Amino acid sequence: MSPILEVKNLFKNYGGTEVLKDINVSIDEGDFLVLVGPSGCGKSTLLNCIAGLEPITRGDMFIDGQNMTNVSPKDRDIAMVFQSYALYPTMSVAKNITFGMKVRGVDQATQDAKLKQVAGQLQIEPLLHRKPGQLSGGQRQRVAMGRALVRDPKLFLFDEPLSNLDAKLRVEMRTEIKALHQNLGASMVYVTHDQIEAMTLATKIVVMKGGIIQQIGSPTEIYNRPANLFVADFMGSPAMNLIPATARKNGKGSKIEIARESGDPIFLIDTKNKDLPENVIIGVRPEDIADAALGRAGKTQEADCLIDIVEPAGADTFAVMQLGGKPVTARLHAETKAAAGTAQRLAFDLGKVSYFEPETGLRLN
Amino acid sequence: MTDMSYSPSRGQSPALKLVLRSILYILLGLFALFYLMPLFVMITTSLKSLDEIRTGDLVSLPREVTFDAWRTAWSGACTGIQCEGVKPFFLNSLLIAVPAVMISTLIGALNGYVVAQWRFKGSNIFFALMLFGCFIPFQVVLLPMARVLGLMGVAGTIPGLIFVHVIYGLGFTTLFFRNYYVSIPSELTKAAKVDGAGFFRIFWSIFLPLSLPIIVVAVIWQFTQIWNDFLFGVSFSQAGTQPVTVALNNIVNSTTGVKEYNVDMAAAIIAALPTLFVYVVAGKYFIRGLTAGSVKG
Repeated sequence: MSPILEVKNLFKNYGGTEVLKDINVSIDEGDFLVLVGPSGCGKSTLLNCIAGLEPITRGDMFIDGQNMTNVSPKDRDIAMVFQSYALYPTMSVAKNITFGMKVRGVDQATQDAKLKQVAGQLQIEPLLHRKPGQLSGGQRQRVAMGRALVRDPKLFLFDEPLSNLDAKLRVEMRTEIKALHQNLGASMVYVTHDQIEAMTLATKIVVMKGGIIQQIGSPTEIYNRPANLFVADFMGSPAMNLIPATARKNGKGSKIEIARESGDPIFLIDTKNKDLPENVIIGVRPEDIADAALGRAGKTQEADCLIDIVEPAGADTFAVMQLGGKPVTARLHAETKAAAGTAQRLAFDLGKVSYFEPETGLRLN
Repeated sequence: MTDMSYSPSRGQSPALKLVLRSILYILLGLFALFYLMPLFVMITTSLKSLDEIRTGDLVSLPREVTFDAWRTAWSGACTGIQCEGVKPFFLNSLLIAVPAVMISTLIGALNGYVVAQWRFKGSNIFFALMLFGCFIPFQVVLLPMARVLGLMGVAGTIPGLIFVHVIYGLGFTTLFFRNYYVSIPSELTKAAKVDGAGFFRIFWSIFLPLSLPIIVVAVIWQFTQIWNDFLFGVSFSQAGTQPVTVALNNIVNSTTGVKEYNVDMAAAIIAALPTLFVYVVAGKYFIRGLTAGSVKG
């Protein structure tokens, strides 16, 4: 089976500036691809290139095996949901949804049937005669999705569809989009700057920065094995702790030394990774630093640390300390006894540790 | 001193407030009177008989109201050798203004749509040049335009005048529509493109229905400009195709013997009525449309 979307060596220039450099991505039918990155990383441009709304400078693009590089958007068999929803302001909801079919000359009976089906699916029947101006943000979002759904396309494209909603609605709609994806089994490409959205929705994530793909992988791969310092820092909340450290050979593994301004350095023994350079940056997720007293599964090594700040967040409590000259966050149990200004015995789990080369930022293990 | 009315009234006594308010309204009333005075004189004069004008006071009300002057102005006053009043010229003006307004508004809308939503290489320069057209004085284009009209074979005809006014109005209408459309998110065009709509489909189905306020602005502006135009009207017309402004000038300037002030006034009011009418009917949209786009809803 050929991939539903394949982007090959895509370059995009605006005048003299390269905004996309050598992009290669492909997804299979039913995949949910999320393009994520900070603003200006080129993710929306890439989506517009896939849609055919922006011409590409070099490279090729295939949708379901057909070369679509120079095909106009309407012939690509795609549907797109925009950040501003882009509903046609003077048309009713029903007309918004059927506009595409009307343009393509679909007969009235089919239009009505499809409208009814989609309106039912999204529960927007009572809104069909309203104008977009009379709808709330969430309702507009739904209508925009409806407009995409009636097309029944090979590929759905979403350009930051949730970023105009308030926090609560965003989470609700996120779940709905995920449910939609599961029910339809449709292939989707979704752009967001929100790494939590990326993690929760995607079957495949592309992390971008400065027009270059940093890493492609499943959410678990991206989270557990970030390819470089940028991905490590960008994905996950709170971010991965990236601590400058010194590594020495120790039998089959390494001995890691993390300097501390106050008091002795912390020594951690890593039994799995050897041949590390002397200067490394060690990446530890906050959840891999826990309360020693409250115990946890897995092999851990303990050390006393002076806690600077305690941030209770309901389910967890975050503790911030200084290690290797960097603030380091630990995700502690809600019932932790940790208090600001006191020392706390913490357990470090190096099972999923990452090492990075300080100069290049590339992953070492 | 004029700032008084704007300053917050907190801390002022009610009496002072009342005084300030009164001064404000008296001043406004005086200005209004000042501006209405000429209109008042025109109307009263047009309703007086020549005898009364000669013997009476300029600002006094007519002793005896007569519409003779209006009748003469409409269908009997002499413009040179011909004595048919302003009626045929009024019709000429309508025949020039209505198509010219419609064509220049429609083309301006299309231009604005292209410049705002379908950027092409050099579209900014194109727009800047269009804008520059707004600032070219009428006098500069008289001779070249006369030559062009001659080459096109429409010199001295109503289509020729329509052409001149469309060309001259395009800079303004393009500017209006461009500024209006530039505030419409480009995602709307993109969504329509994905939906399969083409250039004209998007214009007709999505942009034009959104444009009522700015259409009103363009129509008022163009209608006023074209109706009130004298220079093009006098330069590019001949005996049967002169607009009402030219006829008015001829009535006032070419009478021999006694000057019929009442007829002149009536003719002037008749010539001014259509623009007044357009303002009254569409004025409220005019203000709305001018500020639309600058303030996002």
